[in-house]
Amino acid sequence: MTAHDPSLADSDTGLIDTRFTVPGMRCAGCIAKIERGLGELDGVEAARVNFSAKRVAVRHDRSLDAAALVHEFERLGFEAELAVENPLAQDDRELRKLLRALAVSGFGMMNIMLLSVSVWSGAGGVTREMFHWLSALIAVPVVAYAGQPFFASAWMALRYRRTNMDVPISIGVLLATGMSLYETLTGGEHAYFDGAVMLLFFLLAGRALDAMMRNKTRSGIGALLGRIGKHASVIQADGSTARVDAGELEQGMLVLVAAGEALAADGVVEMGTSSIDNAMLTGESTPEPVCAGSEVHAGAVNLMAPLTIRLTAVAQDTAVAEIARLMDEAGQSRSRYVRIADRASRLYAPAVHTLAVLAFIGWMIAGVGWHQSLVIAIAVLIITCPCAMGLAVPAAQVVASGALLKRGLLVKDGSALERLAEIDVALFDKTGTLTLGEPRPDLGPLDEEEKAVALALAQTSRHPLSLGITAALKDSAIAPASVDAISEEPGQGISGMFCGQPVALGRADAAGASLASSLAIGDRSKTILFTDPLRDDAADVVADLDAMGIESRIISGDRVEAVDAVAIQLAIAGEGGVSPGEKLARLEQLKAEGKLPLMVGDGLNDGPALAAAHASIAPGSASDASQQAADAVFVGARLMPVALAITVARQTMRIVRQNFGFAVIYNVLAVPLALAGMVTPMIASIAMSLSSLVVVGNSLRLARAAS
Amino acid sequence: MSGLALLIPLALAMGLAGLAMFFWAMRNDQFEDLDGAAQRILIDDEDETG
Repeated sequence: MTAHDPSLADSDTGLIDTRFTVPGMRCAGCIAKIERGLGELDGVEAARVNFSAKRVAVRHDRSLDAAALVHEFERLGFEAELAVENPLAQDDRELRKLLRALAVSGFGMMNIMLLSVSVWSGAGGVTREMFHWLSALIAVPVVAYAGQPFFASAWMALRYRRTNMDVPISIGVLLATGMSLYETLTGGEHAYFDGAVMLLFFLLAGRALDAMMRNKTRSGIGALLGRIGKHASVIQADGSTARVDAGELEQGMLVLVAAGEALAADGVVEMGTSSIDNAMLTGESTPEPVCAGSEVHAGAVNLMAPLTIRLTAVAQDTAVAEIARLMDEAGQSRSRYVRIADRASRLYAPAVHTLAVLAFIGWMIAGVGWHQSLVIAIAVLIITCPCAMGLAVPAAQVVASGALLKRGLLVKDGSALERLAEIDVALFDKTGTLTLGEPRPDLGPLDEEEKAVALALAQTSRHPLSLGITAALKDSAIAPASVDAISEEPGQGISGMFCGQPVALGRADAAGASLASSLAIGDRSKTILFTDPLRDDAADVVADLDAMGIESRIISGDRVEAVDAVAIQLAIAGEGGVSPGEKLARLEQLKAEGKLPLMVGDGLNDGPALAAAHASIAPGSASDASQQAADAVFVGARLMPVALAITVARQTMRIVRQNFGFAVIYNVLAVPLALAGMVTPMIASIAMSLSSLVVVGNSLRLARAAS
Repeated sequence: MSGLALLIPLALAMGLAGLAMFFWAMRNDQFEDLDGAAQRILIDDEDETG
């Protein structure tokens, strides 16, 4: 049952729902293939693809376990992972709440506007009074419902004796509604219901855009969470094994790790020889051979043969947990970053409040009576209410992140764009960041037939070198040869029969080259060498960054010679053999010097540095933890999205500042009118919509920024 | 005036109907998979039963 933790059980039918994350779905064909392929399976009642979230919900019989379904996905040609929990549920609820509030305020705004227009165009007497009453009837429940996000946030801020953008908004909306109610009761001339509801509508639009942007990118990144082993098979005194949760493991236990299983704790190999994939920890996919006495860490995946491991560190003491702790501490400085909208509101809110109070006092002194003075003070609050301000930042950031998404870069939130725009020095990790991090075979010496055989053998294996061969050959449009009786011998390689002669792809005998495979057809044999090449456009990116006034450096945990070679090739400074802690120290040092560093890295060892840097970017091939820590993730073989991200981020901030400029100009024009008591509800409404349209229109120019 | 007595309730009722429809759509996850819906029309439905 433990395998079905995330499942929802349905006790009546014996069917359960299990969710999988399938990042590889790209087209309609994939949807059809998965839904039909899984649907045909015994015990599966239905499979439903959610293409946007890259998830598949499978409703299946209890007897079918998740591992079998993952295997079925693989048979269909997709990599699938059990979705452990839904980390997005919280954000999702928030967005839904905002959308509901937006719909309600939209409904209210349209109907109240309908009534207001007739009042503006001269309806008088009983008609005006009736329309005011109708508006009140619509506006009060609408404000009570749609205003909640602002009221709640303003109340929170006030309770902690702070002020934010929501305080003037809430005061403005509540005062305007209250005043208009009073006007309606006393049969007054002006009611500001339309202004109050329209304000809510525009501001909710800004909030909803902001939340949508966060959700969209996070669902892409959240999909890769949680690869560390959750259970382990502990060998009991009598030789049998028992499944134990990772949290209940103890130091000194003997654990059996099957091939393909992820380690749940750190330990030392007691028995067995195998290779492990340490990509989670180091970001480097080259398998590491291990034998009795080797140290292994939680998160590593055992690739070849079963291993017996004596645990040395569990739970919070593992190397992964230690790095996670470093990341957590390093990330705190970033949470102290104050976003531009909040910085603006710190100046704005007190100014608006003072102005409104002054208007009230001024007109009281002038002797127009408290009623007239209050109307003018409210008009000041409404007209200065940060409608354009509320849209200025999210509108620009949503358009910019949409444009970047099309170019293969996912920016996690608006704050990331703001910080990316400010950086002045870029630090790159080497393996997996400047290089592809995937072994690429040199296939020059192979002829067509050998290539076809190599592909046929390699595509059946999940060994990183085989994956490299498969990727390279698929690119060059080679069709696999028909090889029969393919079998994979862990640690040795893959063998089969081709046209009556034995063929094999396996470990190269030449012990010198660490990355090599040997291909044998009959009695012929060839050696395939692997390299980890620089990304094609690495040099261009360094040049582009330089043109923007950003200095690039390499900081890597790899060997000093390997790092120096790349540094010389790119003509930038490089430093090798740096531990995760030292990387963190380098960043802190740069920050102490007043620099704002960008960190680009992929391994878990870069995690603390990614979290500590002013802004950070990770490639899509990075370890889960690094993708979590980074502000943005880019996909594909090109490094150019990194330079593009900074260009677009800077453009975005330029547009945001322009938007603020518009908002200020608008206020400079409108506030004197309001102070003079000349703002009628009609002028307030027109001014508000106009300023919002200008801001949104200006932001849309960013759509072309990334092209 | 007598026209208003009919038209205003009508306008409000239509607005409320739209709002109710939107709430219904959201509750029934109609906006869950917008990209998927766009892709699904491309799937041939000859062996949909399979």
